[in-house]
Amino acid sequence: MCSYIVEKAQVSGSAKGPSGWMRIDTANVYFDHPYHAPLDHALAIDFVCEADGAQERVAVELSAASARELISKIMIALASGESAHRAA
Amino acid sequence: MSYDSLTAETVKFRGHNGDEGEGYYARPTRAGKFPGIVVIHHLPGWDEWITEVVRKFAHHGYTAISPHLYFRNGPGSPDDVGARVRAAGGVADDQVVGDVKGAIAYLRAQSNASGKIGVIGFCSGGRHAYLVGCKLNTEVDAIVDCWGGNVIVDDPKALNDKRPVAPIDLTESLRAPLIGIFGNDDENPNADQVNRTEAALKKMGKSYEFHRYDGAGHAFFNTARAAYRPEQAADGWRKTFAFLRKNLGA
Repeated sequence: MCSYIVEKAQVSGSAKGPSGWMRIDTANVYFDHPYHAPLDHALAIDFVCEADGAQERVAVELSAASARELISKIMIALASGESAHRAA
Repeated sequence: MSYDSLTAETVKFRGHNGDEGEGYYARPTRAGKFPGIVVIHHLPGWDEWITEVVRKFAHHGYTAISPHLYFRNGPGSPDDVGARVRAAGGVADDQVVGDVKGAIAYLRAQSNASGKIGVIGFCSGGRHAYLVGCKLNTEVDAIVDCWGGNVIVDDPKALNDKRPVAPIDLTESLRAPLIGIFGNDDENPNADQVNRTEAALKKMGKSYEFHRYDGAGHAFFNTARAAYRPEQAADGWRKTFAFLRKNLGA
């Protein structure tokens, strides 16, 4: 069933969308039927800028396993990167 | 022996509050009078598979229209607009019912209309089809609910300003015959919810038939998904067309 459950993360940064780079302030995160990925359910993230009206988005649809892999790698990259920069 | 020709196009129709939106419309090309079907898309949006379903109905001798339920949230591609609607918590039930009413009016206004109208919906659209059957009960002659979840609402927190009432609570208003198609591995609606929906229909003396499929979960008609189950889907379509022939003709 299509759910209406969306987790909103406040983020700060940029994303490259259909019109080039844009600032983003929100990541809409949900686990539901994807639009494109050939999966029953996908972890979807839409990066948007609500302050600018959220007319464009940068979207990904990931399998649950690959989403967890991504979370793990993000944490590892942050830890190792921050450690390296502190040492520098 | 040959296949019938069909014509498909994107058309303008008047939806809820008279707002002008787009619908995907297909019809048999030959002259004649045909029953009409409104095809209600699922939450991710007005996608390629739903246009295939619209053409399938024209192939089988129906006129069919799928209103783009998110047309107010454009511009943009249907997937981007769908994401925008999801982030806003979906569309309001009253607006969907108004848009379906407008789509029915579009079908009735065509010179090829027989006057009979059915509605079919998938997933959240299945719930909408049930809702339309209750709220537009003088306008529809057959209802097809394909795995509509949240017809029964077990968690009151799922009710809100946009979806204030569980469709099951409107069942008394249902007049047209209803066919329900469900996968036994589905989690929403799960087997217990399907049984409780059937019990409500039976208790109120409604005309209905439910078909449950082993080895199938949610969205098993959808050839674009891993959930597609060809054997179960083929049987489900056969039962759906038999039901529509009986109640609408064609």
